[in-house]
Amino acid sequence: MAMDVQPRAGTLPDDADVAVRVRGLVTGFGNQIVHNGLDLDVARGEVLGLVGGSGSGKSVLMRTIIGLNPARAGHIEIFGHDALDPSPSAQRALRRQWGVLFQEGALFSGLTVAENIEVPMREFLALPEDVMAALAATRLRQVGLPADAGAKYPSELSGGMKKRAGLARALALDPALLFLDEPTAGLDPISAAAFDNLIRLLKDTLGLTLFLITHDLDTLHAICDRVAVLGEGRVLACGTIDQVRQFDHPWVQEYFSGPRGRAAAHPATGKAA
Amino acid sequence: MGTGIIWDAPAGGEARVALTGRWTISEVTDLADALAREAPRAPGLAIDLAGVEGLDTAGAWAINRAIQRWEQAGFGARLDGASPDIARLIAAVDGTPGAIKLRPDVGNPVVARVERIGKALVLQGRNITNFLGFLGHVLIVLGGTLIGRRRLRWHAVVHQAEAIGVNALGIIGLLLFLVGLVIAQQGAVQLRQFGAEVFTVNLIGRATTRELGILLTAIMVAGRSGSAFAAQIGSMKLNQEIDALRTIGLDPIEVLVIPRVIASSLMLLGLAFYGGLCALVAGGFYVWSELAMPPDSYITRLQEVILMSDFVIGMVKAPVFGFIIAIMGCFHGFQVTGNAESVGTRTTQAVVEAIFVVIVFDAFFAFFFSLLGYN
Repeated sequence: MAMDVQPRAGTLPDDADVAVRVRGLVTGFGNQIVHNGLDLDVARGEVLGLVGGSGSGKSVLMRTIIGLNPARAGHIEIFGHDALDPSPSAQRALRRQWGVLFQEGALFSGLTVAENIEVPMREFLALPEDVMAALAATRLRQVGLPADAGAKYPSELSGGMKKRAGLARALALDPALLFLDEPTAGLDPISAAAFDNLIRLLKDTLGLTLFLITHDLDTLHAICDRVAVLGEGRVLACGTIDQVRQFDHPWVQEYFSGPRGRAAAHPATGKAA
Repeated sequence: MGTGIIWDAPAGGEARVALTGRWTISEVTDLADALAREAPRAPGLAIDLAGVEGLDTAGAWAINRAIQRWEQAGFGARLDGASPDIARLIAAVDGTPGAIKLRPDVGNPVVARVERIGKALVLQGRNITNFLGFLGHVLIVLGGTLIGRRRLRWHAVVHQAEAIGVNALGIIGLLLFLVGLVIAQQGAVQLRQFGAEVFTVNLIGRATTRELGILLTAIMVAGRSGSAFAAQIGSMKLNQEIDALRTIGLDPIEVLVIPRVIASSLMLLGLAFYGGLCALVAGGFYVWSELAMPPDSYITRLQEVILMSDFVIGMVKAPVFGFIIAIMGCFHGFQVTGNAESVGTRTTQAVVEAIFVVIVFDAFFAFFFSLLGYN
């Protein structure tokens, strides 16, 4: 336990096989500092869940790692390459390796769902139309969308379907690294569980590395190998869910030991408690 | 070991194919083509995956498709040497083609064309009824506001007035100043041929106060503010802010439209006056520098040539144009549905229709006031 309470919580040994390495990250808007010397490692092939209170900078951290938000200081490595290298070729190589699912799906509203999924394939590969269509259909089935959804426009989909379509687009190139921003928020419990299973299957079969922001305690229990708690501008604690649960911090205690936290940890006894 | 495919298909015996290396989305076309080499036949197919170092969903899809093809032909197909995870992935990626619809149906092109024309007509008809409904609603609320039965949101009116009027002073001043210069210069060149350069003042005075000053100001405001109204209200609609207003018990027309309509009408009055003045000042500069007419005699001449009725007609038209611009912008904002593209289309329509209707009304006013004897 002492390992996780030291100031550099969230880091792995220097020789570990990491997909994402963040060191001394400082970000902010105007006078407001969001992250102040944040360190975090995501090991290759693991599912890292990021939790934290509202405004603790979870989304900002994700946006900074994927290059949508400038970092004021520090450095970020993805599969050993400098993610802050602004050269177009480096950025293109990075973008080929990851998929991103935004909170609301962020589908291109002028394209059908199937065309949305084909966008990354068109950009990076020269595939024949029929193969692309078949792969898009495969993705749709994979994320559990109904058969007629491919021809629909995003405005005709429900929130949960948009999310699935967004995941299908994020998976289009079979990325090695997947960023998910609240993947199960807004889904009904059955869909959320199916989503968890889908992510688990992808991780097991493809060796995906997943970086996911979530508040869904069931998701944390079901699929996360490690959990990182963000707060006070840095990673407060990081480890398996059982290790983090022991961490002595008021927010962490309230988060994992509240009624919902207990229910997710012990589905049978949680209701009684 | 490189990426490769080895077929071993002895006549009469089981067909075997061994895959080696990495099979990912970049190589999926090659893989699908190579697996399709042998036509399905008895006794079946064995796919050896022992040499596979990496497989993604696309690769699994190609393998699954080959298996499906053999099985649909009535022969067996099996996987050899696949790890449980890979077998699970291949089973999960259903390769059956055609079950999922990817694009909207296009149908017969002639029928589709007729359908599009019909749809456009129906849409236009609906647009007109919607617009009349909207106009009626706005007039009722406006009437209620004027007789004090509804609250006028002064704060919003002032805010809009700043955006429409005060912030446009620079660009409208510059625009009308340049137009004034051009009219004076072109007019002087033509009138010089008749030795009637002095009548340049008449041209500047009458053209700008009654027609051009007002019209150009209205066009500028339609481009600046009419588009902003449509885009603001359209985005609010997409973001469900309009719904939120309704559920709180606020009338979106009262909160969003009335302040814009009032501010736009008042500000266009002020801007038209100011714009006309800028054009007159520009003309004054021109005749001073080129025709050597001193400013005081320019002003005296202006007072002689500009009829009070010209000025009044201009000032009557301005608020009407302001009303048209605001109502068009707000109406199209409320018509936004679905996606970001709709905001763009509606913004364009708001500006185009506002300018069009302004010019139609301008022509109407011209005939109307001529008939009344104000030439």
